[in-house]
Amino acid sequence: MTSRDTHFVAPIDETPLQATDALKTDQAPLSLWADAWRKLRRRPLFIISSLLILTLIIIALFPSLLSTVPPNDDCQLGNSEAGPAPGHPFGFTFQGCDIYSRVVHGTQASLSVGVLSVLCVVIIGVTIGAIAGYYGGWVDSVLARLSDIFFALPLVLGALVITQLPAFRENKSVWTVVVIIALLAWPQMARMARGAVIEVRNADFVTAARALGVSKVGALLRHVLPNALAPIIVLATLDLGIFIVLEATLSFLGIGLPQSIMSWGNDIAGAQSSIRTKPEIMLYPAAALSITVLSFIMLGDAVRDALDPKSRQR
Amino acid sequence: MVRFILRRLLQAIPVLLGTTLLVYYMVFALPGDPIAALFGDRQPPQAVIDTLRSQYHLDEPFWVQYGLFLQNIFTFNLGNDFTGQPIAASLARVFPVTAMLAIEALAIQTVFGVGFGVFAGLRRGGWFDSTVLVASLVVIAVPTFVLGFAFQLVFGVQLGWAKPTVGANADWGNLLLPATVLGLVSFAYVLRLTRASVSESMNADYVRTATAKGLSRPRVVVAHILRNSLIPVVTFLGADLGGLMGGAIVTEAIFNVPGVGNKLYQATLRTEGPTIVSIVSVLVLVFVVANLLVDLLYAWLDPRIRYDQ
Amino acid sequence: MTIPDVRVDEAGYSGTSPLLEIRDLAITFKTSTGEVQAVRNAHLTIMPGETVAIVGESGSGKSTTALAAIGLLPTNGAVSGGQILLDGEDIAHATEKRMIELRGNTIGMVPQDPMSNLNPVWKIGYQVKETLRANGRPSGPDDIAKVLAQAGLPDAHRRAKQYPHEFSGGMRQRALIAIGLSCQPRLLIADEPTSALDVTVQRQILDHLDTMTTELGTAVLLITHDLGLAAERADKVVVMYRGQVVEAGPSLELLQNPQHPYTKRLVESAPSLASRRIQVAKEQGVEASDLLAPDAEAAAADHVLEIRDLRKVYKLRQGLGKSTDFAAVDGVSFDVARGTTTAIVGESGSGKSTVAKMVLQLEKPTDGKILFDGVDTSLLKASELFKFRRRVQPIFQDPYGSLDPMYNIFRTIEEPLRVHRIGDKASREKKVRQLLDHVALPQSSMQRFPNELSGGQRQRVAIARALALDPEVIICDEAVSALDVLVQAQVLNLLADLQANLGLTYLFITHDLAVVRQIADHVCVMEKGKLVETGSTDDVFESPQQEYTKALLNAIPGAKLMLPPEVA
Repeated sequence: MTSRDTHFVAPIDETPLQATDALKTDQAPLSLWADAWRKLRRRPLFIISSLLILTLIIIALFPSLLSTVPPNDDCQLGNSEAGPAPGHPFGFTFQGCDIYSRVVHGTQASLSVGVLSVLCVVIIGVTIGAIAGYYGGWVDSVLARLSDIFFALPLVLGALVITQLPAFRENKSVWTVVVIIALLAWPQMARMARGAVIEVRNADFVTAARALGVSKVGALLRHVLPNALAPIIVLATLDLGIFIVLEATLSFLGIGLPQSIMSWGNDIAGAQSSIRTKPEIMLYPAAALSITVLSFIMLGDAVRDALDPKSRQR
Repeated sequence: MVRFILRRLLQAIPVLLGTTLLVYYMVFALPGDPIAALFGDRQPPQAVIDTLRSQYHLDEPFWVQYGLFLQNIFTFNLGNDFTGQPIAASLARVFPVTAMLAIEALAIQTVFGVGFGVFAGLRRGGWFDSTVLVASLVVIAVPTFVLGFAFQLVFGVQLGWAKPTVGANADWGNLLLPATVLGLVSFAYVLRLTRASVSESMNADYVRTATAKGLSRPRVVVAHILRNSLIPVVTFLGADLGGLMGGAIVTEAIFNVPGVGNKLYQATLRTEGPTIVSIVSVLVLVFVVANLLVDLLYAWLDPRIRYDQ
Repeated sequence: MTIPDVRVDEAGYSGTSPLLEIRDLAITFKTSTGEVQAVRNAHLTIMPGETVAIVGESGSGKSTTALAAIGLLPTNGAVSGGQILLDGEDIAHATEKRMIELRGNTIGMVPQDPMSNLNPVWKIGYQVKETLRANGRPSGPDDIAKVLAQAGLPDAHRRAKQYPHEFSGGMRQRALIAIGLSCQPRLLIADEPTSALDVTVQRQILDHLDTMTTELGTAVLLITHDLGLAAERADKVVVMYRGQVVEAGPSLELLQNPQHPYTKRLVESAPSLASRRIQVAKEQGVEASDLLAPDAEAAAADHVLEIRDLRKVYKLRQGLGKSTDFAAVDGVSFDVARGTTTAIVGESGSGKSTVAKMVLQLEKPTDGKILFDGVDTSLLKASELFKFRRRVQPIFQDPYGSLDPMYNIFRTIEEPLRVHRIGDKASREKKVRQLLDHVALPQSSMQRFPNELSGGQRQRVAIARALALDPEVIICDEAVSALDVLVQAQVLNLLADLQANLGLTYLFITHDLAVVRQIADHVCVMEKGKLVETGSTDDVFESPQQEYTKALLNAIPGAKLMLPPEVA
């Protein structure tokens, strides 16, 4: 008898038959968010960036913890562009103000602009994007053209016009910049949200919910949006960093935060005149700005990896 | 195909109208009197002011001004700015400069972004990949104006490799430094996009099938992995060219490049309505055309799109 | 008959020596949670020109074993033990250079999914051409056309200039077969080569593959989940289960005399034309109708659903303003009697799912009527439609897509109760526990999420959700198609039990005639939007009237082989 005709059977005790389709019960229940969190907290990128962000938040809330010198008191022109001195580790600006203290106190403006504009952009962008993506048809076309129009709007012009609005002309504040950013940056968020919603809206579980009697709006709110959230969260985190840069850019161009509010952008703009002689005056606020942005971008990157459906177990 | 182009151009019309209307309205809403600004501290006679006002239709209501503007646009007559210079002529001066800057920046980001991205994507998780990935995050995090000043200081002033500012006579060499700064930002995005795209197509079924056919590794990489993964990258680069043509206000300001961004910034600060609206209209057109080109390019690269339209 | 070990270490038998011999193969994958052994002690022998099939469910290691033979394991997988002997040469750890030499002209491959295995940006001809060129064969236009024509592609010169997306699924698979066999390999690895295709196409392609490999004298390693198909096409069958070979032998012998408990179970639950309506339901159904006996006349006329001249026309956009009409469903009429199962059978594009959507009131018919309990559903007001939803519930095909990944099992099953404001929190929880019992899932699974469940378990959750509102009619749209054979049998039995206990009416949409045979009382066969044949399941299966129905029945793999044990 050759192997061609033999009938082989594996020893049954070595290949025991297991129950068909038994439920694995060796692990604790794991929601998608819990799963993402479990992956996230092991990533060095996430640990570093979240520690940095935590520190930044504490500095923004309690700047006096790190700097006992009030930033704008005793600015003496005699100290103009002076180097580090005891109690003034970074030296002095052109105006003779303590750089270290200004950098510490500038955190608040940057972070609040970032957080508030992201909130506004998410609210506007996700609402418009979700409606466009979910309902489609002419609603989608109209909203798409609308976002194209805002997309084509030049930043400086928009910023200039908004700062001249009656509400902001006399008292510019953090909110001025927030309104500028929110108005000019929502189209990108809307496009992202639209795409994410379109991807989910035809899923069988949405159809199943509709067949259960869930209303069209109900299905959007309870099934479609929660499942479209992952890319929105990632973009929002990245936007935080980008909006902080945007604020600094606007302040640098002289159409952002007023001089009375301490911000890194204003400090960098002010240091321009000393760039050839004392580049380090610009270095400190620029470094603070870059590190802040880097932390948010690293966080966004880590969150993106953790929420990536391809990396998820089925 | 013709139908597809027509449809895209039709879609552009409401965007063009909407954008110009919005921009025109914004300029209209800006405070300050351009005529008064023209004379600086001197107080011109009222008669002169009135003449100028009616010459530029500043005494007409908003809708009439906008209508006149549209009429001019369709007759390709952009008119004069408040100093009497034809707007078309000043646009013809600034756009070539920005175009040069944009092309140079695009070349830089394409060569380095795609090159590094492909290499990192093929060896995902290796030391090169990790290094490049962190470096790209840093590049994204440093704001353009900080990068601009740093480059200007180090390469322009301290090392003296390039002229720190460009000034009136912009040429390819002069523009290299600002183009590098401009290209670096998108370089990081191009790199990350290429890397993601390459490592995704590496796992595609058709790549495994190509290997199973007995093709050599280099052939599989070039004909099947790269050819497919460059489609989204090319799309991004095309869209980015549209953005770059809009002029980089910050970079152009730091390096004193006489380009579109600078012109728009100056015009905005001086409330020169006609100039602003003209530039923005041209920009929207450039944007629409760039998007159209990207779509055509996309259709050329991906046969599936070609036949759907 | 049982021989525990037949591995022959020396080529000691008469005649030719084996072409491929796999000995004690072990394959290990590195994952984030550690090393996983996907294949252990695998062994098989293929003689020149012979066809050997590996049969197993998903995750059994059948594809992994085959991929190892052509050196295409995923990057995180590696051969961790044993030998793969090709003509006596161990290629388990061969260099990449050697494997490139072998691939194409010694070992060819036909992959599973025709949609994703051709590069969308290259013309078909080019993809053939590069194969020929890489293996040092003439690759002119005529050579390419010849290769394509041999695989049964008509008009090959013109076809070679087209892109994959211009081909239908069956044509793409032919192109892939052409590529796999273009360099006349001695061994062809065919990994589920037709499981993505309609049955009639499947049959044509397998027949053609048979003819070609016979002519060329190519040995075939066929990977499939379908025991019937394996037995019909292969000389020998190797059954794999959880990474191990549990049984191997000549096809017919293995089928008629299975020894290992897993094989036995597989043979028993393989749906076939010979199998009957699942019995439990039948018996109890008879009882139920006995109870109704006094009203026999009325019972016979008790149609819960009446479909009359149903039409659905879609407008296909063709550029600016122009469109053509496409009738997805064209004049379909049938009745569904209460407490029975009616199956709508058809291939992809037959319009069967569109009928389901219209019955569920998820799409509006262009024409025609759907009467539910004698009431025209198109006249339902919003509040009445809401009540209608309680009585008619769907179960969808894709168990991965039909459950919201953000909802845990409890919330998923509770949702219909909450939407219809039934009971309070405590009573709803009680109901959910009851429903989980019904579908044989442990109550402890309530807190789990869909991504932690297998396909069959998810489908059982979907059934529990559909049952939550105590509906009268359940529409199953390909509800078991994505499941492994044993799991499929389990779910079908569950559905039959539930029907018997709860008096449910099923409308079963499927492409799989074997499943119809097991579960349906009545069958409607659809083709291109039209109803071609209806009747009781027994009538349609035993004496099909229409050519199309006959073709469908003939195309079922193993239809003639899978004789009931008593006949064998």
